[in-house]
Amino acid sequence: MSSGKPVVEIDNLASVFRTAGQEFVVHKNLNLRIDAGELLSIVGGSGSGKTVLLRQILGLETPRAGRITVLGRPAVQLSDDGAASRVGMLFQHGALFSAFSVLDNIAFPLRELGTLPEALVRDAALVKLQMVGLDVAQAHKMPADLSGGMVKRVALARALIMDPPLLLLDEPTAGLDPDSADALCDLLRSLHRELGLTVVMVTHDLDTLFELSTRVAVLADQKVIVSGAPREVMGFAHPFIRDFFLGERGQRAVALLHQPPIAV
Amino acid sequence: MEDARPRISRQQLPLERCALLQGQWTAAMLAQASAWEGLQRELQAACRGEAQVQRWDLRGLLRLDHTGAQLLWNAWGRQWPAQLEALPGQRAVLERVARFSVALPSFRRRSAGQLFQSLGRQVLGVVAHLQGMLRLIGQLLLDTLRLLRHPKRGPWRDFSGHLYHIGATALPITALVGFLIGVVLAYLISQQLKLFGADPFIVNILGLSLIRELGPVLAAILIAGRSGSSITAQIGVMRVTEEIDAMRVLGIARGYRLVLPRVMALALAMPLLSVWTTLAAMLGGMLASDIVMGVTPAYFISTLPNAVEASNLTLAVGKSAVFGVLIALVGCHYGLRVKPNTESLGQGTTASVVTSITVVILVDAVFAVVFKDVGL
Repeated sequence: MSSGKPVVEIDNLASVFRTAGQEFVVHKNLNLRIDAGELLSIVGGSGSGKTVLLRQILGLETPRAGRITVLGRPAVQLSDDGAASRVGMLFQHGALFSAFSVLDNIAFPLRELGTLPEALVRDAALVKLQMVGLDVAQAHKMPADLSGGMVKRVALARALIMDPPLLLLDEPTAGLDPDSADALCDLLRSLHRELGLTVVMVTHDLDTLFELSTRVAVLADQKVIVSGAPREVMGFAHPFIRDFFLGERGQRAVALLHQPPIAV
Repeated sequence: MEDARPRISRQQLPLERCALLQGQWTAAMLAQASAWEGLQRELQAACRGEAQVQRWDLRGLLRLDHTGAQLLWNAWGRQWPAQLEALPGQRAVLERVARFSVALPSFRRRSAGQLFQSLGRQVLGVVAHLQGMLRLIGQLLLDTLRLLRHPKRGPWRDFSGHLYHIGATALPITALVGFLIGVVLAYLISQQLKLFGADPFIVNILGLSLIRELGPVLAAILIAGRSGSSITAQIGVMRVTEEIDAMRVLGIARGYRLVLPRVMALALAMPLLSVWTTLAAMLGGMLASDIVMGVTPAYFISTLPNAVEASNLTLAVGKSAVFGVLIALVGCHYGLRVKPNTESLGQGTTASVVTSITVVILVDAVFAVVFKDVGL
């Protein structure tokens, strides 16, 4: 992929929700550009439209106005045939198909292509299963029998089955214990490095944010108020940023960031 | 535009044969049927036989993803070829595939003993269903007593909501179905009666069959499909989303808040719907008789009281109330047994509808036998 072209380009986006006759403006004149190889975190208060933005990038929702281009095509065409080879999405609760076993969940997009032989599909799914740090013994389990961290890993393996260049994550560490969250962060970082993925994630978790992001985009006042490296963004004067990063939890995460890692 | 089709071209060097891989070796490209078959042939030729390749060159590839690498690795017999020219990125992908290519632990086949055990499990499953049902009925009785003792603290809001959704919103569909069945029956019967010149008897036949049997059963089957399934789905989703557990932790009796209002609503709505369906069917039958046989509505209505005893009405209404209670109980029973996954929800809903319709017909047969001397 040529490095000059943005993977995701959002121009003058406007989205409006209508609830009980009232209109609620979520985005207005929102612009964002995501380049190849970035690991971008989108942060913002509750109801600032982070998840909506992610869903619009995926083409699951259509904005009121504005243009979203993903990999050179309009976002609405993203879910056409072969979508799994263009973009992967890790849903907040995994969204695994509960009627399929773990292996079938991962192999599903590949199997649906209809041409590849079963043995190859199974091998490819097994590779992805182990790539996200799961054991082969889990392959025949059903999603209902998995722990939260494992569900996320399986969902990640499924999102990556066709090696899409763009990966979207909705709250990847929400609902995980600190150990699993750390392990998932390590996994995401190594996958990002090894596979050269472009990653866009929505997160509330400051630890994850500081650990992973190469860039942070802050959503407030219906648009992206600032985007840049985590440290730059922290310096921007805005009430949300002050509360978010410089509140008690933020201070703690930043303090940890400054500490030298414990020598091994 | 470069040719993205995944393919292998051969290069004959003085000492060795070399395979040059070209195009995009990605899942999406490989899965195109035209590309796949040609590539499969080329790969087989390159890996075995006389023209076997000693040297593999991957550097000309536009893209290589894990599926493509897996294909190569499997073609190589899961070992590294003698000579491989690859870019570092491609090598990394191949190494990852090589490291993670393992045999899948197979599903253990079921032995005869296990089949026997699974039969036993099925029998126990039926027993568990009956036990669950019995427990539900017992709990319902206790809850009814509690309601009678403190009627003011009953779940009346839930009750009225269910009454509306189960009863009022079902009025159009039951009327339509009843009317049409009445018309169909009248047409069929008229053909036979004309043969004997016994035209006026259509009032007796229609009146008795619709009021005593078809009206209540038809309404019950419609409601079982419509509301029995929705009861199971509602309670099942509450189970999936842990709402039932939340109720329990908050100390709210689920029997009293979930089962009792639904049973009460159906016990009240079912007889009313049954009467309503019967009326619609009678109307359809009356109009059809008028058109086909010239039996006027005035004659129809004046003869009806003599043809059908009033005790039939009592029987129909009483029967319907029992049907209503059973449909609600079966719906709640299957809803409460749903396991927290979507598949189980679907199975539970199907099982609930099938069971409640079967139970309705079964109980109707029992009523027919027990009350054979009433109203006939």
